[in-house]
Amino acid sequence: MSPADSLAFFLPELALATAILAVLLVDLVPAVRARGGREWPGTLALLGAAAALVLTAGLPVLRIRGLLEAAPVPLFGRMLVLDPFAVFFKLLLLLALLAAVWMALRSREVHGRPHEAEFHALLLGSGLGMLLMASAANLLMAYLALELVSLCAYALTGFLRHDRRGGEAALKYLLYGGVASGTMIYGMSLLFGLAGTMDYHGIGEALGALGPDAQGVLFVALLLVLVGFGYKIAAVPFHMWAPDAYTGAPLPVSALLAVGSKAAGFALLLRFFAFAVGADGPAASVAGIPLVPLVWGVSVATMTLGNLAALAQTNMKRLLAYSSVAHAGYALLAVVVFRDTGVRAVLLYLAIYYVMTLGAFWIVMMMRNATGREDLDAYRGLAWRGGGPVAALLAVFLFSLAGLPPLAGFIGKFYVFAAGVQAGLYGLVVAGVLNSVLSLAYYARVVRTMFLDRPGPDDRSLAFPTGDVLAAAALGVATVVLGVRFGWLVDRAEEARRVFAG
Amino acid sequence: MLTLITFLPLVGAAVVLALPASEPRLVRLVATAATLPSLGLACRLVARFDPAGGFQFVDRVPWIPAFNIEYFVGVDGISVTMVLLTALLSTLCMVASWNVGEAVKGYAALFLLLETGMLGTFVALDFFLFFVFWELMLLPMYFLIGIWGGPRREYAAIKFFLYTLLGSVLILVAMLVLYVTPDPHSFDITRLGALVRDRLAPETQLLLWIALFVGFAIKIPVVPFHTWLPDAHVQAPTAISVILAGVLLKMGTYGLLRINFGILPEATWAPFAGATLSFWLLGALGALGIVYGAVCAMAQTDLKALVAYSSISHMGFVLLGLAALTPMALNGAVLQMFNHGTITAMLFLLVGVLYDRTQRRDIDGFGGIAAIMPRYAGVAGFAFFAAMGIPGLSAFISEVLVLLGAWPVYPGLTVVAAASVVLTAGYFLWALQRVYLGPPNPRWAGLRELDARELGMLLPLAAIVLTLGIVPTLVLDLQSPALLRLAEHVRAAAPADAAAAAPRDPARVAAGPLRAEREAP
Repeated sequence: MSPADSLAFFLPELALATAILAVLLVDLVPAVRARGGREWPGTLALLGAAAALVLTAGLPVLRIRGLLEAAPVPLFGRMLVLDPFAVFFKLLLLLALLAAVWMALRSREVHGRPHEAEFHALLLGSGLGMLLMASAANLLMAYLALELVSLCAYALTGFLRHDRRGGEAALKYLLYGGVASGTMIYGMSLLFGLAGTMDYHGIGEALGALGPDAQGVLFVALLLVLVGFGYKIAAVPFHMWAPDAYTGAPLPVSALLAVGSKAAGFALLLRFFAFAVGADGPAASVAGIPLVPLVWGVSVATMTLGNLAALAQTNMKRLLAYSSVAHAGYALLAVVVFRDTGVRAVLLYLAIYYVMTLGAFWIVMMMRNATGREDLDAYRGLAWRGGGPVAALLAVFLFSLAGLPPLAGFIGKFYVFAAGVQAGLYGLVVAGVLNSVLSLAYYARVVRTMFLDRPGPDDRSLAFPTGDVLAAAALGVATVVLGVRFGWLVDRAEEARRVFAG
Repeated sequence: MLTLITFLPLVGAAVVLALPASEPRLVRLVATAATLPSLGLACRLVARFDPAGGFQFVDRVPWIPAFNIEYFVGVDGISVTMVLLTALLSTLCMVASWNVGEAVKGYAALFLLLETGMLGTFVALDFFLFFVFWELMLLPMYFLIGIWGGPRREYAAIKFFLYTLLGSVLILVAMLVLYVTPDPHSFDITRLGALVRDRLAPETQLLLWIALFVGFAIKIPVVPFHTWLPDAHVQAPTAISVILAGVLLKMGTYGLLRINFGILPEATWAPFAGATLSFWLLGALGALGIVYGAVCAMAQTDLKALVAYSSISHMGFVLLGLAALTPMALNGAVLQMFNHGTITAMLFLLVGVLYDRTQRRDIDGFGGIAAIMPRYAGVAGFAFFAAMGIPGLSAFISEVLVLLGAWPVYPGLTVVAAASVVLTAGYFLWALQRVYLGPPNPRWAGLRELDARELGMLLPLAAIVLTLGIVPTLVLDLQSPALLRLAEHVRAAAPADAAAAAPRDPARVAAGPLRAEREAP
C-alpha cells in the first residue's frame, strides 16, 4: 500500500494533528484573544479528540466496505499496522484523551490559566503519540511514538510552573525518562544488530533462526527493552517517577498518565513480545531464554510494592499513583500468559481500569476545585457535609479498584486471575489475590474518612457543580453495569486478541 | 419466584433512595414494606416446596456465555429453610431498626441491599453467582457497622471487612481452580463435583478443600478464626447483630455443606494424622468452639458480648454435626442453623431493648429488672432457656440430634460437647440471675415495659422456637431427604478402609435417620 493510500487509515491521527495546529493558531489570532476567547483552545481540542474518536470508531465501518480486511493493514511501509487490537486500544486511548481534555476544561488548575492553548496542544500531542504506540510495528516507530508521548508529558507535568512540586516532578520525570529511553534504545540497537531489521515480523523470523551463541546478547537486549516498557507502564523498579509526576502534574495530566500512557505502554509491550519476540504462553522462551520468570518477578514486585507504598499515603493523588502502580502489576500477571487468554484479560482489565481510575481522578479534581486540597483530611466526613453522592461515587470507584463484586473491578481481576490459573501460575495468582486484600486496606481508609469520620469544626459544607457530579455518576453507573453486564466488552477484547492467534 | 424473592429488596432499596431524607418515618415504613413481599414469597416457597424433589424453583439463564457463567438459582431442602430464616429475620430487623435516628435513608437502603446479598447467596447454584452475592453483603455490612455502630465501630467494621475478605479470596482462588479444571469450564455447583472428580489429584483436592474451609470457617466463625466476631457483634447496631448472628454465620456452614461436601466429597475423607480430615478440622474444631465459646461467654461483663460468644459455642454444634456426617447429625446441624438463627435473634433483640432504655449493657449494672419489667423479663427468660437447650424448646432437639448422631463416630468429642451444656446453662443462668433477679436496682425504676412494636418482633420468634421444640418435623421433613442425599453422596466417596472401620456402613445409615428423628424428642 502506498503512503498516500495509507492516509485513509490514518484519519484519526490526522484529525488530532489538525487540532493541534488549530489550537496553536487560534491562540495567535489577536481578535480572538482580545475578545477573551479563553474557551477556544479547550473547545477545539475537545472537538479534535472527539473527531478522532468518531473516525476510529468508524474504522470497522471501513472494514465492512472491504477496505480493511480481517488481515492487519500495514501502513506506511509497515511502520504501523491497523488491526482490531490497534482499534481497541485507540478507542480506549482516545476516550482517555477526551476525558483529560474535558477535565482540563473543568479544572481550576488549568482552565483560565496562561498558556492554556499550549497545554491543550501538548495534551493532544501526547494523545497522538499514544495512538502511534498502539499501532507501531517497527522498532523505530515504537521508539518515536514513545518519545512523542514522553516529551509532551514532561512539559505537561511541569505546567504548574509556580508550584515547586510541579517543577520537581517534571525534572524527575524527565531524568528518569531520559535514562529509560536511552537504555531502551540501546537494547533496540542490539536487537537490530542481531536481526538486521527493525520490522517486528522480520525480527521474529530472524530470532527464530538464531543459534545458541547469540543467547547472551539477546537476553541483554530484551532486558534493556523491557526497562523502557517497564518505565512507561510504571512497573517496579521503574516506577519511581510515577508518584512524583502524578502529584506534581495538574489532575487532567495525572489522569492521562495513569490511564492513557499506561494503556499505550501495554499495547506496545504486548505487540512487541507477541510479534518481535514470538512469546506464546507461560512456557514462552526465545532461543532458550525463559521470559516468564522475568515478567513474573516484575509483576509480583510491582503489585506488592505499589500496594505497600500506597498504604502510607495521605495525599489522594499519590495514593492513586501508587494504586496505579499496583494495577500495572495485576495486568502484568496476565501478560505472562501471553497470547491466549492472557491478552484478552489484559485488554479487559485496562478497559475496566480506565473507567474506575478516571472516575476516582474526576472526583479528586472536583474536591480540588471545591477545596483547593488533595490531602486525605480534606475528605473527612465528606458524606455528612453535602457531599453524600460524591462520597458514594468515590466509594464505588475505590471498591471497584479493590476488586469487590459486583463492581467492574472484580470482573477485571477475575479474568486476570482466571487466565493465571488456567496457565498454571498458581503462585502468581495467590500473590495477586493477597495483594487485593492488602489494597482494600488503603481504599477502605479513604471510604472510612468520608463516611465513618464525622466532620471537624473547621470542615465547611461543600457544594459541587451538578455537571461534574453527573459526569462522575455516569462513570459510576458504568462501573456498576460493567460489573454485571460485560459480555460485549469481552467480545471486543476477544476480537482484538485474535490478532495474535496463530 | 426465587429471583423475585432475591431482588425485591433491591428494588425496595432503589425506592427508598428516591424518598426525601426529611421524612424518616416514611422511609422506615417503605423499607419495612419492602421486606414483606420477600417474606410472603418465602412462606409460599416453603409451602409449595416438595421435600422429595431435588433442586426446585430453578431459574436458569446464560449470563456471560463467554465464560459459561449462568444466572442459575434454585433451592433444595438445605437452602429452603435458610431463605425463610433470612426473609423472616430481615423483616423483623427492619422493624427493630425503627429506632435508628441518623441517616435513616442510607441505613434502610444498605439494609435492603444486604438482604438481597444474603438471599442470593442461599439460592445461587452457580459458583460465580454465589461468590458475587457472598461478597455483595460485605459492603453494606461494613457501612452498617461502621456508621451506625457503637463507640469502637470503625475498628470493628474494618476488622470484619478484612477478615471476611481474606476468607473470600481463598474461596475465589479455589473457585478459579475448580472452574478451569473441567473442559468445557463450568461454574455449575450441582455438576461441578462430578466434572472435576477425575481431573484433580487428591492432593489438589485437599488443598482446595482446606482453602474453601478456611474461607467459610472465618464466616462461621470457627475458633481460631473468630476474633472478628465479638468486636463486630458488640459494636454493630442491634438489628445488624441479629443479622450477623442469625444469617451471616449460617452462610459459612451452608457453604461447607454446599461446596466442600457437595463438590469435593473425596477430600472430606482425606487421611490426616491417623483420622480423616473431616474429623480433625470439622469435629475437633467444632468441639473446641463449643467449649471455648462457652468459657469465654462466662467471662464476659457485657451482655451483648456474652450472647456473641454463645454464638461461637452454638455454631460449634453445627460444625460437629457436619463432621460426623451421619444423616442424623447432619439433620441436627442444619436444624441447629435454623434454631440458632431464631434464638440468637431473640437474645440480641432483648439486649437491644435494654440498651435502648438505659444505654448500658454491663451485666453487673442491672439487677431486679424482672420486678420492673415483668413482661420483658418473661420473654427474656424464655429466650435464655431456649438458648440453654431446655427440652420442649427448639435448640434442644437440634443439639440432641447432633450429639446422638455424632456419638457413634466421635464418642470422645461428643462427651466434651455434651458436658459443655453445663457451662452453657451456667453462664446463661448466672447472667439471668444478675440482670433480672435480685433486689431491684432503684436506678432503673422508671424503665418502660415492652411496647407493641417490640413484642411484635419477639413473639413470632418465640412462637417459632416453641413450635419447633414440639414439632421439629416441620423443618426436619423439609431438609431430611436432601441431607440424606448429601450424606450418601459424601459417603460414597469414602475410601474403603474408612467406610469399613467406622460405624457408617450404608445399611445402618439408610435405616438410621428417620427412626432417630422420632426417638429424639
